[in-house]
Amino acid sequence: MSLYHQFEALEATPIGDGIKTSVWLFPAIEAVHLLALAVLGGAILMLDLRLLGLGLTSHPASSVEREARPWLIGALVVMVITGGLLGLSEALKLYDKPAFWVKMVALAFALAFTFAVKAPLAHRGPGWAARPLAAVSLALWLTVAIAGRWIGFS
Amino acid sequence: MNPGSLASLASVLDLDGVVERLAAQPGSIALHESLYAYTLIETAHVLGVTLFVGTIAMVDLRLLGLAFTRAPVSAMTARILPWTLAGFVLMIITGALLFYAIPVRSFHSLWFRAKLLLMTVAAINIFVFHVRVERDRARWDRSVTPPMGARISAAISLAAWAGVIVTGRMIAYNWFDCDKPQSSFVHVLTGCPAGPAER
Repeated sequence: MSLYHQFEALEATPIGDGIKTSVWLFPAIEAVHLLALAVLGGAILMLDLRLLGLGLTSHPASSVEREARPWLIGALVVMVITGGLLGLSEALKLYDKPAFWVKMVALAFALAFTFAVKAPLAHRGPGWAARPLAAVSLALWLTVAIAGRWIGFS
Repeated sequence: MNPGSLASLASVLDLDGVVERLAAQPGSIALHESLYAYTLIETAHVLGVTLFVGTIAMVDLRLLGLAFTRAPVSAMTARILPWTLAGFVLMIITGALLFYAIPVRSFHSLWFRAKLLLMTVAAINIFVFHVRVERDRARWDRSVTPPMGARISAAISLAAWAGVIVTGRMIAYNWFDCDKPQSSFVHVLTGCPAGPAER
């Protein structure tokens, strides 16, 4: 089965179809997606600002990372679930949108960078790498957010 | 204030006339009809909201004793709230431009009106926090869980700004627009003129 047909099958699932045919489900899920975006943005900024030498400079980056992590992960879980539900309801539309694929690729990079590179280095003491780490993180997450908003426009 | 006196206040201020004149301005028409400007401004608006609500939420979570409990509350307000302010400026400028692009419809939007109401609640909450709740902060600056008053302020803030995000997103949906059939209750809240208004 081609990827296109898999997307077609996703949209035909009862959940995808139910959200698509409901007047208020899509907007309601979208609103929760945005609420989680605010929390995610806040949690990411706490560490990135600290790495930039701004924000909570009285505390080590490792402490800021540890305190922000539950909110970062919690917001990510909500965003992935609500984003997945929104995607199911319009899977075929997404398949044809470059913005969607840009968002997914950027998201994969952002997640890998955040958990495999930025967090471990924040604990080890990032040294000279602190600012570049924050800059790459902000660039990746901004790409995810902007491409996400662009799905609705393109 | 009952809806009747609100309606008469609106007629004295002639807000309908104001938004009609705004909609007729070349700048408003240009934004409305633009291919990219409106969408770029809306994207910047979402980023401004994320910066603003995201950072204010982190301060609120600290006040609730749920995050960054090792940091004094004063460190959070001194080091994080400037970024909240930056988000606020971006959010208000882009938000005003979005309103300017579609003034008449936005003015009569049930969701836009609910959003302004929630923003007023949030603003009053901030005022009360600064003049009353924060007054004895020195006593609980380093407490993991600040006193009840501070936690209530934080909870109101989180709820009000969450409501602002939800009602703000709903402005895009036309369920309660003036050109849709409206119950008399919704009609009072939207203040729609007799004829359709879509600008």
